[in-house]
Amino acid sequence: MPVFTLKINNNTYTVEADSDTPLLWVLRDHLDLLGTKYGCGIGQCGSCTIHVNGNAIRSCLLQVSQAEGMDITTIEGLSEEGYHPVQQAWLEHDVYQCGYCQTGQIMSAVALLKNSPNPSDKEIDAAMSGNICRCGTYVRIKQAIKTASKL
Amino acid sequence: MTKIRTHYNRRSFLKVSAAAGGGMLIGFSWFTGCTSDKKIKNKVAIPNEWFEINGYIKIGDTGMVTIYSPNPEIGQNVRTSMPMIVAEELDVDWDNVVVEQGALDEDAFKNPQFAGGSLSIKLSWNALRMAGATGRRMLLEAAAKEWGLVISDLKVDKGIIKEKNGERVISYGEIASKAVGIEIPEEIELKDSNDFKLIGNSKKNVDGEKIVKGKPLFGLDFKREGMQLAMIQHPPAFGMKLKDFNEDHIKSMPGIVDAFVIDTEIKDKAWCDEKSFFQLIAIVGKSTWQLIKAKEAIKANWEVISEFENSDLHAKYLENALVSGEVNESRKDGDPETAFNKATKVIERTYSSPFLPHNTLEPMNFFAHVTENDAELIGPTQTPKALEDAVSKLLNLPVENISVNMTRMGGGFGRRLYTHFGVEAAVISKKAGTPIKLIYTREDDMTQGTYKPAYQSIYKAGLDENNNLIAFSAKGAGLPEGPVFPNRFPAGTIDNYLAEKIDVVTNVTTGAWRAPRSHFTAGAEQAFLDEIAELAGKDPIDFRLELFDRAINSPVGENNDYDAERYAGVLKLVKEKSNWGQSIAGIHRGVAAYFCHDSYVAEVVDVVLENGKAKVKKVWCAVDCGIVINPDAAINMIQGGVIDGIGHAMYSQLTFDSGAPNETNFDRYQLIRLSQAPDDIEVFFVDSNVDPTGLGEPGLPPAVGALANAIYQATGQRVYKQPFANNMALEKVVG
Repeated sequence: MPVFTLKINNNTYTVEADSDTPLLWVLRDHLDLLGTKYGCGIGQCGSCTIHVNGNAIRSCLLQVSQAEGMDITTIEGLSEEGYHPVQQAWLEHDVYQCGYCQTGQIMSAVALLKNSPNPSDKEIDAAMSGNICRCGTYVRIKQAIKTASKL
Repeated sequence: MTKIRTHYNRRSFLKVSAAAGGGMLIGFSWFTGCTSDKKIKNKVAIPNEWFEINGYIKIGDTGMVTIYSPNPEIGQNVRTSMPMIVAEELDVDWDNVVVEQGALDEDAFKNPQFAGGSLSIKLSWNALRMAGATGRRMLLEAAAKEWGLVISDLKVDKGIIKEKNGERVISYGEIASKAVGIEIPEEIELKDSNDFKLIGNSKKNVDGEKIVKGKPLFGLDFKREGMQLAMIQHPPAFGMKLKDFNEDHIKSMPGIVDAFVIDTEIKDKAWCDEKSFFQLIAIVGKSTWQLIKAKEAIKANWEVISEFENSDLHAKYLENALVSGEVNESRKDGDPETAFNKATKVIERTYSSPFLPHNTLEPMNFFAHVTENDAELIGPTQTPKALEDAVSKLLNLPVENISVNMTRMGGGFGRRLYTHFGVEAAVISKKAGTPIKLIYTREDDMTQGTYKPAYQSIYKAGLDENNNLIAFSAKGAGLPEGPVFPNRFPAGTIDNYLAEKIDVVTNVTTGAWRAPRSHFTAGAEQAFLDEIAELAGKDPIDFRLELFDRAINSPVGENNDYDAERYAGVLKLVKEKSNWGQSIAGIHRGVAAYFCHDSYVAEVVDVVLENGKAKVKKVWCAVDCGIVINPDAAINMIQGGVIDGIGHAMYSQLTFDSGAPNETNFDRYQLIRLSQAPDDIEVFFVDSNVDPTGLGEPGLPPAVGALANAIYQATGQRVYKQPFANNMALEKVVG
């Protein structure tokens, strides 16, 4: 089985996996980075959102062989203490219900705010509509993004 | 103050502690802070010694308190609100509390450990209060004994016991070791609700910090040394059964450890046991991706065991049933037939909604380690006891030899009331001779067949020359159960009333889906009432309030399943809060109210037209669910219910062709997304001293009716068929 070297959260990992393995399953099965979630496997729900070279990417659609040499950040690497302003805003608004989709939501929101520190409602709609929240916490997600933009 | 018998004994308390403690030994970190900030770490040290006060409560020598939460957590936030109730009666500082998930042990918890019917808080209210109050009393008794006083000489606040007429002070942490030997009181006094300090004050979700950091919490995250992964393949259509498959080839694939057929049929089936797919292909392997690839390589032979159904056939079944189906349950007041003949205006409308999967975002999964003698089951289940019973029956194991631990769940909505995925995991583990974690793909999950039933109902109303509602009928057919509650509103408000429920047979299997039947009946009935009000030339809220006046002053019949004053109460509250009647340019409003799960909810939906398209802008909700434990979390629950109601009524459907669902993942199946959700949902609770009732489900049903009514105001189009977006003129689609 081929071996891949991945740069994730400023650490270097070596993994042995089929070359077509989606990065999602490498993170979850091989590296125990379990904050990145599986929801659909076809890039439709956003639960597996990570950052690749600073952009929000669905890790279920990126094969491990394509991920070599890229700068990958998962929820675990978002901040040293786990208190990125977006995470703080999520805590302040107690956004989550079941919580399953929220790491993906947070990763999408962080990427949005990096590109647009004071996003308009339309920009929030566009950046966040790839992330499904089955519990329907959308109102709080919108509020938390606005709070985070001020932190 | 309420006095209740404790009906606990020391043995049962100790038993539960041992079982719950077992939850910590499995390598899963259940240990959870109660505040979503760093307070707890700075304030109370990790204890050197823990003292079990009773099965729900453990107090450490530093004053840290562990409270076990007995019920499954599916996102309804009981892991916060249940311990809050215990902590209230215990009189402990919430900042000193940590919460742990209790394992399945209903005898010990004296509490039904399930998440369904919006019943968790309602059914556990007394048990939780009793646990806290007995703990408090034992700690007080220990302190009194220590100081040579009686309990009435003492007072307690936030875990600090003080002498009323003296200087002595002792903390729960300091006295806990002595409370262990105190006799459990046979009778205990509970607080008056006016004295609540914690209940009614918003507390953050105890798992918040873990959620935002992406810590492993969910069943899908569970790992155990030596564990293998497993997947199943069920028949591709309803009406099919497995014959055989290319077992040797699958076994030879990379990373695949084993492949075989399992049979999960339980002879004496409970309501939540599998009804359709019993013989399954099971594959065991080392990694998820290798299992997915092996699954794709399956070549199976299936035999046809019953007729393949499709969506056209389903529509025909329902239409025929409404014409000539056998009525299973009914209610008749007065003489509806004569009244309809006498009526000057008669209106009749037909409403329908499709099958829907639950689509919890975390797909079904379960860990099982089954040996000849025992079974260990860990994962996301709303019904741990039913799972234990099912595994016991199928594998012929005594329940004492089965343990069930509950992980936090990535959504429930009724889906995880059903036991099949836990049972399948157990059977696979036994056959493979190894601990396994079964994982469903999204496609497995969406095609498995635990769907919201499909419904169609005909509503009919007659008005007299003074626009009084003199006749009303509701006839509902469902695959497989009719969506009619004969004794719910508007029963009791109309002299001539007929409700008929018709069940229709299908081989598509269904299950309870958030607010079963209510989500549909509320939408249909409340949209229909809007049309009646319009026909009568009355304001929709005034029209409903007139009906409730009738139910309050001279109800028709005796068996009416609601309290008309509380029903009217939420309508009046939402009317006031939303400034109903005030015309705002560009805002089009619809209203609805519904009673289910013992709670009353009224909602006003505000729709705006953006580029000619209708969009929900804001929703106003008034809720009467008795005492509210954790207000901000309760608001979240209602907000989620509203979005769930709007989303599914608007966009979602599962259709069938040749016995197989056409929508198998989120590329073809539409769930509501952020851009389609309202900007704001305001929630107001009726101030109440009534014991708490349901909250997880009642927010959903009225949203469907209020949405339909608002769409009509905005576009002039009445919508009868869900999903509304597919059944409206294209230029008027919301979103």
